[in-house]
Amino acid sequence: MGHMTHEESVKSATFWIIVLAVITICEVLFALLGKGYIIEGLEFPVWVMAGVMILMSLVKAYLIVYEFMHMKYEVPGMVKSVLLPTLLLVWAVIAFFWEGADWNKRRTLIENKNKQTIETFITPTPTGELMKEIEQ
Amino acid sequence: MADTLTHADTHHEDGEGLWDGGKQPFKASYGKLMMWYFLLSDAFTFAGFLIAYGTLRIAMPSWPIPDKVFEGIPGIFGLGENGIIHDKPLYFVTFMTFVLLFSSYTMVRAVQDGHREYKKGIVFWMFWTILGGLVFLGCQAWEWTTLIKKENMTILQNPFGTTTEAGVYLKDGQPTGETFEIGHSYLLHKIGHGHGADDAHGDEAHGDGHAGDSHASHYTAPGDYPDAVVTEDGFILHKYLVTDGENKGAIKTETFGPKAFGALFFFITGFHGFHVLSGVAFLLVIMINVMTGLYVKRKNGYEMVEKIGLYWHFVDLVWVFVFLVFYLI
Repeated sequence: MGHMTHEESVKSATFWIIVLAVITICEVLFALLGKGYIIEGLEFPVWVMAGVMILMSLVKAYLIVYEFMHMKYEVPGMVKSVLLPTLLLVWAVIAFFWEGADWNKRRTLIENKNKQTIETFITPTPTGELMKEIEQ
Repeated sequence: MADTLTHADTHHEDGEGLWDGGKQPFKASYGKLMMWYFLLSDAFTFAGFLIAYGTLRIAMPSWPIPDKVFEGIPGIFGLGENGIIHDKPLYFVTFMTFVLLFSSYTMVRAVQDGHREYKKGIVFWMFWTILGGLVFLGCQAWEWTTLIKKENMTILQNPFGTTTEAGVYLKDGQPTGETFEIGHSYLLHKIGHGHGADDAHGDEAHGDGHAGDSHASHYTAPGDYPDAVVTEDGFILHKYLVTDGENKGAIKTETFGPKAFGALFFFITGFHGFHVLSGVAFLLVIMINVMTGLYVKRKNGYEMVEKIGLYWHFVDLVWVFVFLVFYLI
């Protein structure tokens, strides 16, 4: 904490815990609002819900790491050594979700293929020109 | 030799020679630094689990709706049915989140009192942190017990389903007035489970009415009935008439929800709960060490309290994402 007096740091912690609590309440209210619990008939699309929720969670994560875990008082090299590797997760999320969406698509494709009935074009008796000639 | 040392010392201010040894380039002790790197690796483990959840969820045509699955709160003072007050979506888990937030705050206070070497304060705030951790674990125990004992969810079986078509439930083989839309959520009950108050459970809590459940007690043995199929395990799968889409007019039977849901839920919340449990154990040990004056003898300003503080905040941090992935989205 270094430069802050005890009273100042207590005040700061109390302030940020209230901010975190308020964000949490907002998250829950938004989840219930978006699913039509608060106003009848009002529902948000999934991507709006997910986007807003992820954004609020990232703000919470930032506050916990920087304020409570004192990341903002660490030297830049140390901060980078801990936080930069987590960027790898961005690609992990994109790659795996892409894959998951593809599994879903393929499942639907296979289900549709299984339902298909194949029409046969082979007629039971030969009717070609040659056959006609033979019959004659 | 002496020359090089002086050389490094004089250039320290410019950042040169910082890595030549004898100094702390990151201005953090070995223990604290290693705690950070442990937490980083732990973050990857949790991320792996949560990404697996997301991937499987995206890959499934339907998924249990969290605010229908996690909608009960403990029925204290005999309130509610069968010990659960239903239809309170996300209330209980929000309470759990606040318990963890509260314990995070008390942990900050403990670390702050560590900085000013105020022993009584450290013990006081650590005690509240431990209590918060225990309350959280208690809540989780209740949640798990309800899911396993009353709702029959296991790592291999998930009775929470969601419809992918609109339809109407049957009574005596004929369509009733009980229609449902795409995305309707249901919970499969077991025979012998639907007595008295439990009937209402099915009706109110998991779906828009399920008159099928009110005569659930009619079914006593596995078999294929006009309105439902009862499995060998005793689960009642109601039959319905599809009223929309390409399968319109077909009679179908409810199915179990994606199996992965149960496995992922128990593994991920279990892994987090295990972190809370070990955190409580470490907090307890460190609190006792504070009380006996061990850290005063070490003269490092209660660094151990700081380290367990980092761990405890991380547990809270992970919960932010577990809460997001399992309950909010």
